[in-house]
Amino acid sequence: MPYKIVASQCTNCTACEALCPNMAISEAGNTFVIDPEKCTECIGHFDEPQCVAICPVENTCVIDASVPRYTP
Amino acid sequence: MADASFPGGQTTEASDPVVDIADVMQKMAEHKGCGTEGGSGKASCGSSDGPEDMPPEIWEKVKNHPCYSEEAHHHYARMHVAVAPACNIQCNYCNRKYDCANESRPGVVSERLTPEQASKKVLAVASTIPQMTVLGIAGPGDPLANPEKTFETFRLISEVAPDIKLCLSTNGLALPDWVDEIAKYKVDHVTITINMVDPEVGQHIYPWIFWEHKRLQGYEAAKVLTERQLLGLEMLTERGILAKINSVMIPGINDKHLVEVNKAVKERGAFLHNIMPLISAPEHGTVFGLNGQRGPTAQELKALQDECEGDMNMMRHCRQCRADAVGLLGEDRSAEFTTDKIMAMDVQYDAEGRKAYQQAVESERQAKVAAREDALEGLEKAGDVKLLVAVATKGHGIINEHFGHAKEFQIYELSATGAKFVGHRRVDLYCQGGYGEEDALDTITRAINDCHAVFVAKIGGCPRAELAEAGIEPVDQYAHDYIEKSAIAWFKDYIAKVEAGEIEHVSRGDAAIRQGALLSSAG
Repeated sequence: MPYKIVASQCTNCTACEALCPNMAISEAGNTFVIDPEKCTECIGHFDEPQCVAICPVENTCVIDASVPRYTP
Repeated sequence: MADASFPGGQTTEASDPVVDIADVMQKMAEHKGCGTEGGSGKASCGSSDGPEDMPPEIWEKVKNHPCYSEEAHHHYARMHVAVAPACNIQCNYCNRKYDCANESRPGVVSERLTPEQASKKVLAVASTIPQMTVLGIAGPGDPLANPEKTFETFRLISEVAPDIKLCLSTNGLALPDWVDEIAKYKVDHVTITINMVDPEVGQHIYPWIFWEHKRLQGYEAAKVLTERQLLGLEMLTERGILAKINSVMIPGINDKHLVEVNKAVKERGAFLHNIMPLISAPEHGTVFGLNGQRGPTAQELKALQDECEGDMNMMRHCRQCRADAVGLLGEDRSAEFTTDKIMAMDVQYDAEGRKAYQQAVESERQAKVAAREDALEGLEKAGDVKLLVAVATKGHGIINEHFGHAKEFQIYELSATGAKFVGHRRVDLYCQGGYGEEDALDTITRAINDCHAVFVAKIGGCPRAELAEAGIEPVDQYAHDYIEKSAIAWFKDYIAKVEAGEIEHVSRGDAAIRQGALLSSAG
């Protein structure tokens, strides 16, 4: 359940939404949010988290330290 | 593979090719007219602005596309709809976080639209601006990284406004996957931004690409990107879709290399090459802006464009517009067509009215060509003398702008072969960054410092004196007359004065390319 989007950094470009294998990302006002219940860090799907790999602004899709890491 | 045919149903058989790229490029070189390299000078100029000069299919595609025909850009307008926010690569000259309503450059947009909103906007603009003939999708990300939104927009617009030409602009990474879809929607014009054909160069321009679910970096990223771009270009050419190549000139990184890029894209059938100056300022927050990478000077840019201009057309009238720009190139009326405003508009699409208006524009163009032809007589006396002049214009190929109101000047090169459009210079003020206080006149003088004269509809006494002091002759005697005809007439007088010993012909220095804000129509 670990990735989150830093709202102040998000450009609303939508790129991450379509790539998420878990459909965990959705639009919310002027930013996008990751549903922590659905995020699997892309483990089992891809070698690297897709939202991090496509995001045009560095340090925008980051580990959410307030919740435990995903375990398969 | 798709049938390589034009909408007219004729296929590209070897015996009677509809699309002989070399031939078309030569014709287009002549079409642009009055160039120094065309050889036949006047003759090519004379017939070049008419459909008789090139295959009718090609003429139909370019005659009212302001980006594909320099001549058309004086008369016809385009619009971009910002339906494609996602991107699949990162470029060092782009920062997606930045948006200012007064800022003009690719990748920047004030609001993104759904395909339905975009379709409504196109109708609203087409009804308000009858010379709007082209709808492009240019981002603010990459159209082909948003394929559903992009093609749904094309589908909706082709249903409600079938007379509007469709085009798109892409970084090329996803292009090979979508070429057949592009052909299906009769998108006749595709622009690919190609800044390098060597990954050694590319790794300094692209920090990463997103490819097959991975972020690739450095050399590896640039290698995949260049392979995909060139493959995509070849596939477009096979299908008879006109391809324009945009290249950003980045001094010290790819400036010399762009000659190789030019050769590579020419070999693969590109129709037009557009070398643009890097837009780079610290306040944009781009990698190049922050690390102090400079853009080229006006003369560096022109020298490279001249070097690449052989039998290939060079586009010199690009305004590097926003992904939501509306209007003639060089103007931006997007503020008139915000989503709130268009949703409140009662739009009646008047296809007949648009057609009638565009026919009137064609007559105007013919008159302009005829006027230029008459003026060419006796120009051979100019010998080797070549110089630049600046023109204040609001469009239609006429000197119709007041010096003090001009947001840009168009630059023409005058020589024994005539008047040739070679570029434009923006002179509006920056919207931020502490430049607002700078002296406007000083800005203009720097921007057109390489010109011998500036043609205006009107000019005040004060700027007139300051320009003259800077060695730039203010010329208002051709107010509201055709640009090329007037410039040639002035040039003949100039040559006569040089011959009579009244003045001495001296070369002018370089000029600065201004970047940043294009103040919108409200400005």
